Amino acid sequence: MKPAPFEYCRADTLDEALDLMAEFGSDASVLAGGMSLGPMLNMRLARPAAVIDINPIESLSGIAAKDDTVETGALCRQVDALGSSLIAGAVPLLAEALPFVGHFQTRNRGTLGGSVCHADPSAEIPLTLVALGGGIVLERKGQARTVSAHDFFDGIFTTSRAPDELVTALRWPRRTARTGHAFGEIAQRHGDFAIGAVAAAAAVTPDGSLSAVSLGLGGIEDRPVLADLSDFAGAPATPQTAAEAARLAAERADPIEDPKASAAYRRQLVRVLGARVLERAFERAGASPC
Amino acid sequence: MLRIAPGARHRVTVTVNGRRYSGFAEARTLLSDFLRHELKLFGTHVGCEHGVCGACTVNIDGRAVRSCLRLAVQADGAEIGTVEGLAEDGALSPLQEAFRRRHALQCGFCTPGILISATQFLETNPDPTEEDVRDMLSGHICRCTGYEGMVRAILDVAGDSP
Repeated sequence: MKPAPFEYCRADTLDEALDLMAEFGSDASVLAGGMSLGPMLNMRLARPAAVIDINPIESLSGIAAKDDTVETGALCRQVDALGSSLIAGAVPLLAEALPFVGHFQTRNRGTLGGSVCHADPSAEIPLTLVALGGGIVLERKGQARTVSAHDFFDGIFTTSRAPDELVTALRWPRRTARTGHAFGEIAQRHGDFAIGAVAAAAAVTPDGSLSAVSLGLGGIEDRPVLADLSDFAGAPATPQTAAEAARLAAERADPIEDPKASAAYRRQLVRVLGARVLERAFERAGASPC
Repeated sequence: MLRIAPGARHRVTVTVNGRRYSGFAEARTLLSDFLRHELKLFGTHVGCEHGVCGACTVNIDGRAVRSCLRLAVQADGAEIGTVEGLAEDGALSPLQEAFRRRHALQCGFCTPGILISATQFLETNPDPTEEDVRDMLSGHICRCTGYEGMVRAILDVAGDSP
């Protein structure tokens, strides 16, 4: 349970980090909070030639309103996002999901960007970003691009990040008027990896019908996915609609099986928990003008 | 930029419980092992070494974190608090006293990490509910006590604080 030898490279600035990424490419692992990379190094599941520590780069820690999004630096600690009034008001889905991420002691160090890069299919932060239609900012030397969360996650622990690219920020769409969100999760113990998690977003018109509705699924397939609920645009924002939408999402899902749960269990989880969070999102959309 | 070659020994200087310590660490040396083997501070225990059990929890720059998930070289210059720093002049801290009174430990292996977590938790949440306390304790594994004594002890101290 000790890491294999590696070269430690501490980047004090973003430019230094990008130089190191260009030098090592896929031979390096980027160290942010270390809540996922640390165990992988200790168990020697990861044996990189170099570890690039980006923690000293202060410009990557911020939380800022930017146009119609809230931008969080890749190094923003989960505990700081959880304590942010900007996130609580403008990205309430993330604020609701964060208490499910690990524990007090791991959120003290774990980062939003690290969780997104690690791309565990059951992780809450990637699911939330997908459910909200957020984006990921990637930088390499002299070049930056933004990828939608939907296109970023390729599969288990796999993303479209190129080996010399560094995730520098996440973009969270701000909540708009007459929208509501809700998050729910089933795990064997609170703080464990989710067996399944669901994240609902809905927009409700003043006459009580849905103008948009979506249900993100985490831990169900090999990446966070968005169920196609376009059939429900215009439907009344009622508990019956929530139940029907969740049933359709469950039917259309292609759940994984693992020792924790069968595919049938995960399908049932989407049906039951999905209906609950959709209903809660409908209520919140109708109740509170933003 | 700092680069440390594989196998090279790098000087690491930290402040632990208010006292400066210096020692050598390889790039891959975990902070938990550095504290124990290099600085001979054996109060911090090592359990699972993948961030789950919480035995190795220490306070770094004001936050309770896993020392098995931190490289020693990352901690250079840090202010670290360990269980050895809780008692002052031989007098147990109020939390330690409450742990003793409430039988919140048996074998004691998990206790150093839990005391460090609970101390920082109470600093940031001076008036927690029982549910808050249980949520914080979910980041630790104790195989002896069933946690009940710890919950009572932490709530005792929270109730006593001004």
